[in-house]
Amino acid sequence: MARINLEHIRHAYGEKPKSEADYALKEVHHEWNDGGAYALLGPSGCGKTTLLNIISGLLQPSEGKILFDGRDVTRLSTQQRNIAQVFQFPVIYDTMTVYDNLAFPLRNRRVPEPEVDRRVTEIIEMIGLSGWAKKTARGLTADQKQKISLGRGLVRNDVNAILFDEPLTVIDPHMKWILRSQLKKLHRQFGFTMVYVTHDQTEALTFADKVVVMYDGQIVQIGTPAELFERPSHTFVGYFIGSPGMNLLPAQIDGSRVSLGTDTIALDYSPKVAAGAKTELGIRPEFIRLGREGMHVRVNKVEDIGRQKIVRAEFAGRPIAIVVPEDGEIPADPRVTFDPSAVNIYADSWRVGREA
Amino acid sequence: MERTWNNKAWFMVLPVLLLVAFSAVIPLMTVVNYSVQDTFGNNQFFWAGTDWFVEILHSDRFWEALGRNLLFSAIILSIEIPLGILIALNMPKKGLGVPVCLVLMALPLLIPWNVVGTIWQVFGRVDIGLLGFTLKALGFDYNYVNDVFDAWMTLIVMDVWHWTSLVVLLCYAGLVSIPEAYYQAAKIDGASRWAVFRYIQLPKMKRVLLIAFLLRFMDSFMIYTEPFVVTGGGPGNSTTFLSIDLVKMAIGQFDLGPAAAMSIIYFLIILLLSWIFYTVMTSSDEQA
Repeated sequence: MARINLEHIRHAYGEKPKSEADYALKEVHHEWNDGGAYALLGPSGCGKTTLLNIISGLLQPSEGKILFDGRDVTRLSTQQRNIAQVFQFPVIYDTMTVYDNLAFPLRNRRVPEPEVDRRVTEIIEMIGLSGWAKKTARGLTADQKQKISLGRGLVRNDVNAILFDEPLTVIDPHMKWILRSQLKKLHRQFGFTMVYVTHDQTEALTFADKVVVMYDGQIVQIGTPAELFERPSHTFVGYFIGSPGMNLLPAQIDGSRVSLGTDTIALDYSPKVAAGAKTELGIRPEFIRLGREGMHVRVNKVEDIGRQKIVRAEFAGRPIAIVVPEDGEIPADPRVTFDPSAVNIYADSWRVGREA
Repeated sequence: MERTWNNKAWFMVLPVLLLVAFSAVIPLMTVVNYSVQDTFGNNQFFWAGTDWFVEILHSDRFWEALGRNLLFSAIILSIEIPLGILIALNMPKKGLGVPVCLVLMALPLLIPWNVVGTIWQVFGRVDIGLLGFTLKALGFDYNYVNDVFDAWMTLIVMDVWHWTSLVVLLCYAGLVSIPEAYYQAAKIDGASRWAVFRYIQLPKMKRVLLIAFLLRFMDSFMIYTEPFVVTGGGPGNSTTFLSIDLVKMAIGQFDLGPAAAMSIIYFLIILLLSWIFYTVMTSSDEQA
């Protein structure tokens, strides 16, 4: 278990990166606390796996350093870094039995056999394959195979960190919940530093203490699930997290007054916006109140999703989504008000704070 | 899974069956026809029954040639299979090296067999051949024309040169089909180079190795052209393999009956051995 420092890490797959666009991973400078549970969340191709492979040592970063507990490990191999990693698709040694598969990482490190047996028995119990111990791994189903991969990642108890690269993609939804809560339990029990890559926000938000949102090769926000929801620091986070995502409306900022088309709303602070920046107002559908007062809006469609209704509407010429309680009424002359505390202002896609 | 049986489907294989009949079954039947009769030409045949088979199976000449065949196949298999695996493991997986290596590997396979024989026949000559001349100049007493050991060495080196590529290409095909994640997982698991070979690469190559083994066995067991061109079966009878003996008997001595009987025995041996290898190798596959 270790604290991991990423110091100015950049990575390009090509030989000589010419411009910023050639980097699959733009500058990452960050500290991962010892024993933290992190989720790397982002769409496909945003550099999550690249970052993970750099931490595990499967990939050498083009630039920057990695420190484990203050020790520079950038040039060390995966073995020397003592990292466990679980991959997206099951990797099993199919000539070995299930038991031997799980014992493999331990035996390679010359762990005494009684200890191997103790660890393997415990893990095999946890992944629910006790009855299969002596079977060859070849004939198993895809999710059983993935459980073995997962088990191999968890079997060593002296690792610096355990990395998961979308490990539950091939597992069926019911089993996903069970395995995820087992991972959480293990995390609490042993305090492994865990990094979990996923593109599923539910998975990220339920697994991690801190969610790292990545977009286009860079980290756009690191925060608790609540922070990501209430104060997305980049428009991408607002859009990617939440269902439906945050509404974004082009806005003119004048001091603490925000003009949206013909309407104007007042903030309790003056956003610090540089001249010439593209300014937008972001508000989550949950914080828009639909009623008889406020600004005019045209309702296009109402989607009833059970617990609540999602109203698709047009506001100042822009489509917006509004979440309305299941029993909430939609008036004939609908109007909206924005909860001022839930309004975020963005300049060139990044959230701006108060004037100093 | 539920299977439906439709016997009309058998008609679909009829064209192939006819083709095989004309190309294989009918010629084979004429051989059977010769093997049970005696002839002195003029299309006159006399019934001979199993006489020729008895004669062949009781001749030392046959058993000696068979022994040479088995020895030759055993030697070249024990060289070509490991060597082929070794070369395939060391071939580049990407970049410009891949096509270069593949073309180099495929070159010996493109050369007609009698040309291969001729190349080595000349190459090994002590008077004008580069190999023979050099060896002699270096003080080795090398002469494949009158030394049994040298003749065998030449044939073995030639076969290894000619056919190892086939094993390499098959193994390489098996190796490149292994996803990168397997190697990454092995690194994470702290597997040694040997463990990677033993538990990842070898299992994935198993099927292609079986094919390589069978092909090389059958081919080397039927070897004819190259030794015929290089040594002509000599010195003495030391490189007279079954196929060479068979041609001597059929064309040289015009003993069609015994030659036909020998062909059938030869064919059955290859069939039997191939079946045994296949069964043994695939059953170990299922147990594992």
